[in-house]
Amino acid sequence: MNLIELHNISAGYDGKTVLQAVNLTIEEGDFLGIIGPNGGGKTTLLKVILGLIKPQSGEIVYPCEQSGHNCSRKNNPCQTFWGYLPQNNPIDKKFPISVTELVFSGMLSQKGLFGRYRKTDKQKVYALLEHYGLENYLKAPINDLSGGQLQRALLCRAVIASPKVLILDEPMTFVDSDFEDEFYGILKELNKTVTIVMVSHDINTIQSVAKRTVYLNHKLSER
Amino acid sequence: MFDLLEYDFFQNALLCTLLTGISCGLTGMYIVAKRMVFISGGITHASFGGLGIAFFLGISPMFGATVFAVLSALVFLFMSKDKKIREDSLIGIIWSAGMAIGILFIYLTPGYAPDLMSYLFGNILTVTSEQILLSAVLCAVIVLFFALFHRPLFYIAFDRDYSRTHRINGTVLDVCITIIIALCIVVCMKLAGAILVISYMTIPQTIAGLFYKNFRQLLLASTVISCTSSVIGLFLSAWLDTPAGASIVICSLLLFIPILTLRKKSRKI
Repeated sequence: MNLIELHNISAGYDGKTVLQAVNLTIEEGDFLGIIGPNGGGKTTLLKVILGLIKPQSGEIVYPCEQSGHNCSRKNNPCQTFWGYLPQNNPIDKKFPISVTELVFSGMLSQKGLFGRYRKTDKQKVYALLEHYGLENYLKAPINDLSGGQLQRALLCRAVIASPKVLILDEPMTFVDSDFEDEFYGILKELNKTVTIVMVSHDINTIQSVAKRTVYLNHKLSER
Repeated sequence: MFDLLEYDFFQNALLCTLLTGISCGLTGMYIVAKRMVFISGGITHASFGGLGIAFFLGISPMFGATVFAVLSALVFLFMSKDKKIREDSLIGIIWSAGMAIGILFIYLTPGYAPDLMSYLFGNILTVTSEQILLSAVLCAVIVLFFALFHRPLFYIAFDRDYSRTHRINGTVLDVCITIIIALCIVVCMKLAGAILVISYMTIPQTIAGLFYKNFRQLLLASTVISCTSSVIGLFLSAWLDTPAGASIVICSLLLFIPILTLRKKSRKI
């Protein structure tokens, strides 16, 4: 089943068009790699998919809505539960948030503004952190984590709400090469139950890990 | 020194100090976590514009200051999203515009502007019942707000884009906390004055940050430290016959410097 369909999407910032007439379909169970040069629109494409940017033209369709699939909906098309691992850059590592609270924040859409976090939620978070080798850092501030550990914690945040689609933007930035193999192994394991869309500069690795790769330099082409 | 507790004016001052300590402790923690210290300084000085206009029009200076503080805070909130203007430049513009407007209107006000010094430097000993009531209401609102929303508030403050992918409307919370910050600044002016308000929202929070790294613990710790240093500072000011606002700030500094020194030494060992 198709989860997301982009039809002739053009998008950009401040009057500049970064994406030109992009057509893309993401199927359930896909592991889609997006490669391309800097400034080619890769992050813009992810933000359009996530609804963070409105396209200048074109249409995004979420077929799961039409099929009556179990999706929660706000005022926009079908809200597939997104898991999002953004580029590491914008995060303030000195922000006073513990590893556990970081992962709790992945439940925002389930809890909303008024939701309470229960004991079962805490157990779920602890179990996930233990699964990813962070059991010794439950109460630690995120500033105490190495680059690889922080990426794992952010991945926990992205998957705690059992998303249908996991969106990753340059997940290997600031991460050492020792952790890369482990991280790709984690993604392959996740792909058994979660559709993955990943942007990366590492052309060789992404082509060996992803099931499908597309090249984006303002316009999209399949590899 | 403790004989002063028999007097109504000192009881009022103590009560207002405690209420302000709680409000600033909580609100200041958000300000420090989100690195909004200089934005808050800008709002404080911008409120001076409202003071000046209020004196000129012969209306309540607190009302004028409140309107200007809230307006400048909201202007900053929405204009800072425009990437064409640098944030620090915007702070400078709002800061200086407010001060200039205030100075101009005070100059244009015939006669002498009463109580102007108390708004600049604070005078908690002349706090009225009405001001205590306002402080109590604001304190209750702030405590309730943080009790209900501290989690989504800090999650959105930490990673706004991520929150947007969860379709959480951070704008509503942002507007609420922005208004709360502005109101807290104005209420705190009676204690600390416009010159020193910002220290009430940074020093206790920074002390708390030396011991705790989680925002829930920090909220509690900064409130306790804020209230403690405020009360000790108030009593010291009564004993030494010094301005209360400045005494409280000095008291906080006298806590901060040795604690920081001891923490640094214990890390080296």
